[in-house]
Amino acid sequence: MVNLKDIVQKLDLKVVSGDIDREVSGGYSSDLLSDVIANAQKDNIWITLQTHINIVAVANLQELAGIILVNGRQPEEITLKKAEQENIPLLLTELSTFEIVGKLYELGIHGNKG
Amino acid sequence: MDNTRTTSKIQELTYELKIKDVMIKNIKTVNSEMSICSLGDFLKKNRITGVPVVNEDELVGLISIEDFINCIKNQDKDAIINDKMTTNIETLYEDEPLVHAITKFDKSGFGRFPIISRKNKKLVGIITKSDIIRGILKKLETAYHDEEERRYRASHIFNDIVADEVFFKFQYDVEAKNFDKAGEAATGLKKTLYRLGLSPEIVRRAAISTYEAEINIVSYTDGGKITAYLEPHQIRIVITDIGPGIPDVEKAMKPGFSNAPGWIRELGFGAGMGLPNIKKFTDKMTLRSTVAKGTRLVIIIKLSDYRNGD
Repeated sequence: MVNLKDIVQKLDLKVVSGDIDREVSGGYSSDLLSDVIANAQKDNIWITLQTHINIVAVANLQELAGIILVNGRQPEEITLKKAEQENIPLLLTELSTFEIVGKLYELGIHGNKG
Repeated sequence: MDNTRTTSKIQELTYELKIKDVMIKNIKTVNSEMSICSLGDFLKKNRITGVPVVNEDELVGLISIEDFINCIKNQDKDAIINDKMTTNIETLYEDEPLVHAITKFDKSGFGRFPIISRKNKKLVGIITKSDIIRGILKKLETAYHDEEERRYRASHIFNDIVADEVFFKFQYDVEAKNFDKAGEAATGLKKTLYRLGLSPEIVRRAAISTYEAEINIVSYTDGGKITAYLEPHQIRIVITDIGPGIPDVEKAMKPGFSNAPGWIRELGFGAGMGLPNIKKFTDKMTLRSTVAKGTRLVIIIKLSDYRNGD
């Protein structure tokens, strides 16, 4: 388990919502919500380029540790509001999915199968 | 905010609790003729730091370890309690609220007060600051247990209901094409089931399958509703919509099959995993669809551990 606070610090992520003092069990990357529902696990960090409000619902249902939005994408206003309300960490990075996943791996965040 | 609530709760307790609720009743006493040397042994043996002095049932003074230490310091070993005890003692009645004792401790600087009965003025107990703390903590603990008990009862709610058939019904309306609201039924149901004390795993499965069904209503139909029935042995969720219906149910059940238009796919939906996901997370699903009329999906999640608790 790695603390989300450390990840945020080391990868220079911008926190726009949620409490980041929580443990991360692993990671999952996908832009298809149903795929995330099927394959992500509790306390995973989720890497996606989707920014609309339903990412918060998915994170909430799967009890994910947080969502990293890639490529400098900004969450929609309503997404941000909902994320604050549900205490889901939304984290922003300029990096692409490929790059941020690589860095997460280096920090010891692995997938659910490996 | 929480802090002020705790403070006021403790304040409330200091009025609610009576001195007799927290005082030490089974008290040791000494006679005023006892020697100071024996007092030292007495205090040590009983692990106390002060004791009321009683002669023939009458409270005549208080003597503490401090008095004992002073005697030793002054090499006054032959003294008896009568020479050294405090005689201008203040007492409290056993039926006074605890807050009176607290105020008295604050004002006087004494370490203990003898407690007397209002009826016959006889000594019935003794109180120190630590008795007050212990009494309040004990009362808080009882309050905490009561709260735990209430939560337990929520998760065993069916045990308390006498009826031949019983279920709880939670209904959610789902708007068509409104992706900003999509997911509200599932999160609402999730919160509700948690509140009722169902296990997190069951709640997650119910919420996730409801979410997928909800997204289907939003994406493809003209609206619908989700009705969850919490029954003693299972959660039954009935999802109905007014919509185009599914022409080929078997095909729709195949992972990866999707009819979703491009704009829905761009939102990350339409992966063709909705129905397969529902199947994956539930114990039973029945899908009935009539083209041009609508679809009715019934899913069941069994609660093997619910009714009888753990």
